[in-house]
Amino acid sequence: MTRLFRPTLGLSLALACQSPATAQLAGDVFIHDPSTVVESGGKWFTFGTRGGGLVSEDGWTWANGPVRPGGGVAPDVVKIGDRYYVAWAVGGGGMSGGHASDVKIMWTKSLDPASPDFEYHEVGTVASSDGVENNDAIDPAFLYHDGRLWLSYGTYFGSIRLVELDPESGRRLEGNEPVDIAIDMEATALLYRDGWYYLLGTHGTCCDGPNSTYNIRVGRSRDVRGPYVDNMGIPLLKGGGKLVAAAQGRMIGAGHFGRIDLGGGIEKMSLHYEADMDRSGRSVLAIEPLLWRDGWPVAGRNLDPGTYEIQSARSGNALQLKVDFVRIPFDARASFMAGPDDPVKPVPGQSLSDVAGTWPKDAVRVDLSAYMVRPNQHWTITPVPEAGGWFGAPYYKITVAGTERALAATPADEVQAVPAFTGADAELWRIDQLTDGSYRITPKTRAGADLALVAIGASTPTLARFDPQSDAGRWRFVRP
Amino acid sequence: MKNGPTPWIVIAASMASLAAVAPAFARPAPGVPPLADFFEPATTAAAAPDADGFIRRWLLLEPVSKPNPTNTLFTGSYVRAALAPETFPGRFGAVPRDGQAAADGALRWHALDSKLWDVKLFNFAQALGKPKYGVIFWAVTVVDSPREMHDVRMAVGSNSASVWWLNGREAATLFDDRRMVMDDVLSDRLTLKKGRNILYGAVINGPGLSDFCLRFLDADGEPIRDLAIAVQ
Repeated sequence: MTRLFRPTLGLSLALACQSPATAQLAGDVFIHDPSTVVESGGKWFTFGTRGGGLVSEDGWTWANGPVRPGGGVAPDVVKIGDRYYVAWAVGGGGMSGGHASDVKIMWTKSLDPASPDFEYHEVGTVASSDGVENNDAIDPAFLYHDGRLWLSYGTYFGSIRLVELDPESGRRLEGNEPVDIAIDMEATALLYRDGWYYLLGTHGTCCDGPNSTYNIRVGRSRDVRGPYVDNMGIPLLKGGGKLVAAAQGRMIGAGHFGRIDLGGGIEKMSLHYEADMDRSGRSVLAIEPLLWRDGWPVAGRNLDPGTYEIQSARSGNALQLKVDFVRIPFDARASFMAGPDDPVKPVPGQSLSDVAGTWPKDAVRVDLSAYMVRPNQHWTITPVPEAGGWFGAPYYKITVAGTERALAATPADEVQAVPAFTGADAELWRIDQLTDGSYRITPKTRAGADLALVAIGASTPTLARFDPQSDAGRWRFVRP
Repeated sequence: MKNGPTPWIVIAASMASLAAVAPAFARPAPGVPPLADFFEPATTAAAAPDADGFIRRWLLLEPVSKPNPTNTLFTGSYVRAALAPETFPGRFGAVPRDGQAAADGALRWHALDSKLWDVKLFNFAQALGKPKYGVIFWAVTVVDSPREMHDVRMAVGSNSASVWWLNGREAATLFDDRRMVMDDVLSDRLTLKKGRNILYGAVINGPGLSDFCLRFLDADGEPIRDLAIAVQ
């Protein structure tokens, strides 16, 4: 962070007002350098530069949260056992403090000030830069894996460094020396997955609103100490880095990655955009799907509103109203017997008006069948942000295209289409992109029981426990 | 092609004509596979489902004639009407006896154990010299459950469309021109009561290779095998 100037985020947060839910999150979302989003006591917390913090109960609607002590910049949080360790930096950043900085650690047993376990205990400084060396000890990031606690830190001013801490105390391991692991980065994060350590960090320029060129990059290594290389084999110590996330739509300057593993095959990433063009170009928290492709993290995407075939990954069949199949008028015999020189002409597809009159007026069950480009197989996905959301995505309604018939959960945990969308919880769905790029479709009413839309047969969908290892609960949204 | 509409019939007829003018390539008509290739008589001792949970013991009624040159008309509305319980040739819900006559004596029930995981209705009809195409098959069995089982699913596959009832209540419907695959359609969650549960099914076909498969799955999707299947 801190390349051009240090924004007065404390003031910004104090002035934060309710913003309309746009592409990303609802409520107060103004933050810079958000720490990894962590759950404590049923609420989710993130902390930013200068003590600003946000809190949410569902990952969608955020509010100004508790302010951590210590001030400084760009904290990170990790939970180990019953402790939440918080790392943050004081000094450095290239402005008034030059590049002399200290990374400090403190811990608490709760992040929620309302909890009796809420009490910060400062551990002390675990890494420093002296203002002369080619390093700026800010932007710390934790990785706790296999019983060992690692901390990366640093900015563009020299190298990104790695030290090892004692997970019991949060102190630096005695005798541990910093290791250089990257250059041309800041706001790093460390991950471990399937035998690889991943070092993510931000390239580009921060803190310049819609002109910030921030973008998130990654390299990986079999050893946490490196060498980290990108997809082209370029060492991160020589400036490599595979793109993970960049600007999109009205959101500019993606930076400060944090991984949120929600279980059930759902991973999301927290980040900030330097400028939300729909929110005065201010720096905001964002939560987006995190995918894994060929062993690399890739930014996913919330489902765009629109009309789709909803295809089961189990059978490839399409979700449809279970109504009588209506044939397209066609002279099959003439077609088969046609000569090569016979004139050709377009055959009209089947339209909603061709068939809607044959559909029952009341609720209709849904099933799965071969996709035939038919009106009962096309679903319009519409965000319903006023109903809330969950981790970066609003709830959606799923209606038969051109109608008000809405996909709904039944009290018996089956699935039907009711005649019209009423806004009832049974008609609201979470649509979360899974790490393989497919989607999980979860009814709002049964999310707490971990039920989702699942193909239990080649032709039968239901609401059942979601198994992240199975194609039964994976769906693809295909444009007609 | 087997269930295709009229043009394929035309083409098939053309190919048959070619065979007629080239007798050197004609093969002798094969013998009809006997019933014993696919079934054996059901015993009086109760049978368990097979290792995958498929129920192999059934009372099968010789096919009811229902001429249809194509399966493309098997919409839900058509199938519900064609296979309505009121059309059952007998008292719907009762368990017929092996050898019992139906439809004024024109048809007869057979208590059989399928040698395969599925029930080859086409071969059943063919072996008995009955119509194979344009037919409705009725199947009945008794599932004796050692305890009340909740959240059970009936998992069915059929060629072509079919309807299935458990203890007199419709449990699964398979519409349109279907091929038989395992776990094609699953019922809603249902309860197998302790003791006898009477299972009815009806399969309709035009020009297809009629068969079906059926098993019960537990709440975790695992096959239920601790059932006793009888036809008395």
